[in-house]
Amino acid sequence: MKYETQKVALPFFMVAMALFTLQVVFGLLAATVYVWPNFMAEIMPFHIMRVSHTNLLIVWLLIGFMGSTYYLMPEEAERETHSPTIAYIQLAIFAFAGAAALVGYQFGIHEGREFLEQPFWVKVLITISFLMFLFNTSMTLLKGRRTAINLVLMLGLWLAAVFWLFAFYNPSNLAVDKLYWWWVVHLWVEGVWELIMASLLAYLLIKMTGVDREVIEKWLYVIVGLALFSGLLGTGHHYYWIGAPSYWQPIGSIFSTLEVIPFFAMVVFAFTMFWKGSRNHPNKAAMLWSLGCPTVAFFGAGVWGFMHTLHWVNYYSHGTQVTAAHGHLAFYGAYVMLLLGIITFAMPALRRVQPYNQILNMWGFWIMTSAMCFMTFTLTFAGVVQTHLQRVLGMNFMEVQSQLGLFYAMRLGAGIAVAIGAAMLLYAFFGPARQQVPAGGTQLTAGPGHA
Amino acid sequence: MADGLNKSAARNIFYGGSLFFFLLFAALTAHSHWYMVNTSTDSEGLTDSVKHGKEVWEKNMCINCHTILGEGAYFAPELGNVWERYGGHANPEAARAGLEAWIRAQPLGSEGRRQMPAYDLSDADMQALIDFLEWTDGIDAQDWPPHPSG
Repeated sequence: MKYETQKVALPFFMVAMALFTLQVVFGLLAATVYVWPNFMAEIMPFHIMRVSHTNLLIVWLLIGFMGSTYYLMPEEAERETHSPTIAYIQLAIFAFAGAAALVGYQFGIHEGREFLEQPFWVKVLITISFLMFLFNTSMTLLKGRRTAINLVLMLGLWLAAVFWLFAFYNPSNLAVDKLYWWWVVHLWVEGVWELIMASLLAYLLIKMTGVDREVIEKWLYVIVGLALFSGLLGTGHHYYWIGAPSYWQPIGSIFSTLEVIPFFAMVVFAFTMFWKGSRNHPNKAAMLWSLGCPTVAFFGAGVWGFMHTLHWVNYYSHGTQVTAAHGHLAFYGAYVMLLLGIITFAMPALRRVQPYNQILNMWGFWIMTSAMCFMTFTLTFAGVVQTHLQRVLGMNFMEVQSQLGLFYAMRLGAGIAVAIGAAMLLYAFFGPARQQVPAGGTQLTAGPGHA
Repeated sequence: MADGLNKSAARNIFYGGSLFFFLLFAALTAHSHWYMVNTSTDSEGLTDSVKHGKEVWEKNMCINCHTILGEGAYFAPELGNVWERYGGHANPEAARAGLEAWIRAQPLGSEGRRQMPAYDLSDADMQALIDFLEWTDGIDAQDWPPHPSG
């Protein structure tokens, strides 16, 4: 660690991983209800498990983004973080707000729009914390070196905050409500979060491959350009069936098909830089995540997204398990794997040791990633059967669901495997640092600060 | 990567292009808003009761089991067209009675069947919720869903 204040990232990563663990637990509970419908029906109905599962994901990803920003900003800006104190305070506020929302959900305290269920005062606390974060990191950037990486990253984070403000707008007209709800949901995950993703990926590649910054940053601008050119009008694929005009059908189909391109570009980018790279970085596990993230994002977000994005396909598949399949692999590939990669990369420096527990980490990678793929396949099969029975033949929803038991059982099995992989990974992060890569050798040219 | 493209050109294309597409998207969204208010939804029929019904819908977080216009949790049936499914177009009174009876009957407690929790709605809340579902059924959603089954 070249800059002392990079260490503020550590508590962010610890909180993020704690919430990730809970997210997996609530996911397992919900998957169990799909198999045994009366499971916990009286104590914790399905909707409470589901809101906890999705909200924990969102909160830990945001905390992970913040931790990643605190870790890389000093290196990129070549100066210490403006105020570590602000960082700790805003983390405390954010973690408190997230925990309060989670506890509140168990007692039925919530609002009622999907993913935006946080009570009003929790939304306010989240906003305050995020603005403190933006102030703190922007001050660091303003006083330091500006690179494509930290500029694109901060742009993504600022825009995420701007679009978040639509969470406070809840019109009584359901169609209008949905129109702007997507300004938060889509413009985050298929828009400005891709700026965050691409810039963090570019950072990892600069650090680990040693490829020239000019080359990597040019790629970065091309990728984020492709992401926004396609992703903004790509929102149209959510506007097919909510009472919006019919022109969204061609616009949404064309532009959301183009959304595959930036994800494919990220795969080519990561692998090209990997092969061009002259540096043999000792953190093999972090390199694995850095290549795995764009690959799985390409399949989960790109291929699985394309599969049901054309409006004449979506007419039948909209709101079935096909959507659930896509959602799981897209989030896992694009954002979960990205943050696990950043944490894998940063932990040795934060713990002031050489890269450690690499084999266990990579086992975690393969088990979790294979299990998430398997889960996605089972949900896809369930979705295809559901689409045919319910949307083509017109069978009743509950009757159709009773035909899907096998897929839901396999999904629960996949979920258990994800939990095992996650447990191995967490132990690799936070457990005793056995099996360190020996100091010296390639490590001499490879640590942070040598890019 | 084309050799002709340098970093600052890539940056300028990114900023310029993104701004262009954002403005286009914002303009189309504004038009869609106008279209929804004037054409595809029943603004006249958006009564206080329908508005309150949406609040009841949100207060009980129905979205985390059901879907409405295809968005939600996929765990329980689509409700954007539940009014049609209950025969509300032909016989509104029967549909209203049927929906209320169904919600009041929960939980069914049948073993091996997904279970909807009991919601102790007041009469006013119940009627408002049904008004909201009836109003939602009237949204012109480009003929989606393909079947009344939702």
